Amino acid sequence: MSEQTSGVYTYSPRQFHRQAHDALGNPQIRANFRKAMDGLMTKRRESFGDWELETLRELGANIRMRALAKLPDLLEQLEANCEANGIKVHWAEDGEQACRIIREICESHGATSVVKGKSMVSEEMHLNAHLEEAGIEALESDLGEYLVQLNEQTPSHIIMPAIHLNTDEISEILHEKTGTERTRDVDTMTAAARSQLRERFMNADVGVSGVNFAVAETGTLCLVENEGNGRMTTTVPPVHVAVTGIEKVVEHLRDVPPLYALLSRSATGQHVTTYFNMISSPRKEGEHDGPKEVHLVLVDNGRSNIYQDDELLDTLRCIRCGACMNHCPVYTRVGGHTYGTTYPGPIGSILSPHLMGLEETKDLPTASSLCGACGEVCPVKIPIPDLLVRLRRESVGEGRGNVPGAGIKRTRKEAAAWKGFQWLATHPAAWRIGTSMAGRFKALMPSKLGVWTEYRTAPKPAATTLHALVKKHQAAKPRVDKSDKERR
Amino acid sequence: MSARDAILKRLRERTDGPLSAPESDFAVVTHRGWSGQERLERFERWIASVHGEVVHTSRKGWTEALARVLADKGVRRLALGKQHPVAAEARQALVDTEVELVDVNRDIEAWQREQFESVDAGLTSTLGGIAETGSLWLWPTPDEPRLISLVPSIHVAVLDADTLEDTLFDVVEKHGWANGMPTNALLISGPSKTADIEQTLAYGVHGPRELVVLLRHASAAPGDEK
Repeated sequence: MSEQTSGVYTYSPRQFHRQAHDALGNPQIRANFRKAMDGLMTKRRESFGDWELETLRELGANIRMRALAKLPDLLEQLEANCEANGIKVHWAEDGEQACRIIREICESHGATSVVKGKSMVSEEMHLNAHLEEAGIEALESDLGEYLVQLNEQTPSHIIMPAIHLNTDEISEILHEKTGTERTRDVDTMTAAARSQLRERFMNADVGVSGVNFAVAETGTLCLVENEGNGRMTTTVPPVHVAVTGIEKVVEHLRDVPPLYALLSRSATGQHVTTYFNMISSPRKEGEHDGPKEVHLVLVDNGRSNIYQDDELLDTLRCIRCGACMNHCPVYTRVGGHTYGTTYPGPIGSILSPHLMGLEETKDLPTASSLCGACGEVCPVKIPIPDLLVRLRRESVGEGRGNVPGAGIKRTRKEAAAWKGFQWLATHPAAWRIGTSMAGRFKALMPSKLGVWTEYRTAPKPAATTLHALVKKHQAAKPRVDKSDKERR
Repeated sequence: MSARDAILKRLRERTDGPLSAPESDFAVVTHRGWSGQERLERFERWIASVHGEVVHTSRKGWTEALARVLADKGVRRLALGKQHPVAAEARQALVDTEVELVDVNRDIEAWQREQFESVDAGLTSTLGGIAETGSLWLWPTPDEPRLISLVPSIHVAVLDADTLEDTLFDVVEKHGWANGMPTNALLISGPSKTADIEQTLAYGVHGPRELVVLLRHASAAPGDEK
């Protein structure tokens, strides 16, 4: 399953161009995203005001690189320490397996109702749909996720899931789906959601959460949040299942503070989030609350494939802050749903091809002007623009061929054209003849050049080539005497 | 082969060969060099910026401050521990007041709905504070369980001024967290909040609507250097 649904229609990365066209023509979407992204960019800049940001980013990148360098050892250490603490660890090759593991945990407890904290990996593997097919209701408890779920949509941003909706739209959703009185007062709407969800926390059989950092040395799962729904999800139901990608592990507890400082500031421009929740074991003998069982599901789903390649590896440094999308001129204009993938924006464009294959996602690496903003703001210095270029090469079969679907965009005509250009550009005599011919016969230049001329006029070769112009210029200009120049 | 072994095998037999791990320099997240006074000012400024209330008080007179806060906020039922000195002193001071004291040293299964619906505030101790971010750190115990800082609408936390550290990194290192983590360790920086409705801040979405920090100074004069 690769589609993201939204009340009106189903989004798919295959339809990126059509979806982008529709989004660009939707003034509501454009206004909502523009306003939100402008705010987030300003807040991020201010929150790093008195920090040595470059030094901190360097450290963040370095911690993530170290974790990846030791990844297999750290995963084993994490497993051993979690198990020693009483947390049951599961491994899943792909999303399907992970869903099955979680469903079986639910079934072994006779669970019919699951409450969820925000987890992008659970979105990636379509956990909610899987559980619902098994007759288990999965309810999102992060306010944004809750609203998006009520509206039968998927998140349009990895940090702010309901960023595509404005106050009036949200008021309408709450009214229609929960009978809440229509209001423009955000406090009233928040209070309504609070009381609706509290009832659900009390009655949930299982809580499912994501993980921001999994600490190998102590077997600790760290969750970053503001609302308290993450703490509710991981404390109130009798069973807690945490699900995470295998790349989220860090080596030491002391690796966490720099990453947390980068995450909260990069994501929402906050100097700190309200809660930092560190879970190291289920309820112990004598303790009075917390789940009696804690499970950790480690999901690969294509990550170990990314891990093979020195360049692509950088993708796995990501701490899911969303700063790259907040600063992306493309994301800001087309919004998150347009991408048709769980992870939108620049990080989505370099991650989704590995998760879904380039057949599905071939348009995503080109959904960028390569302006470089994403790479500049990334808290762990992922060279996103370089990776976009790498995936473009892979998609036309000019890379190493180790991305699923590599070569999907290769056409014989285009390959031959570039081959011809390459030969011309490396043979000066032929190049000169070619360019001067182009100038002479410019009238024959077609005015329609496919996609290129959809919004532009076709380029016109100049009457005289640059080479000829320079030659003429040099001949006309009197030579400057060397000794004359030195005297001045 | 199990999923576990297959994943680990792929990671170990990496196409581009083994990776070398860089060393990390943590200087940027430690050694701020703030005086006690600066720490206090920073702590208060940051926690106030996210809607946390700070009430300065002293080690001796703090329970009077507590009683005032509870009266001001109309708290009738307060959940609190028994053994921790903070809880014990509070119980003693509040015994003759209108405030009903709710025991928390019982399994949540026995009183979940009561805790969710008819407790106005939770009182907890803290293990320390962080000046850089205006954060409290708590390691919940059987005496002061996890949910009393989350479920009631008001969380009253008692913090000693001399436990403030500069940064989270300093707390983790100085207090040897890596040597043994509790079931649940928490950083709390303000009341529960959300900006999921069009970036408009709203407090108390799932957790407490209000966080009151009773900041206890060793001497009577608030903010005095030790």
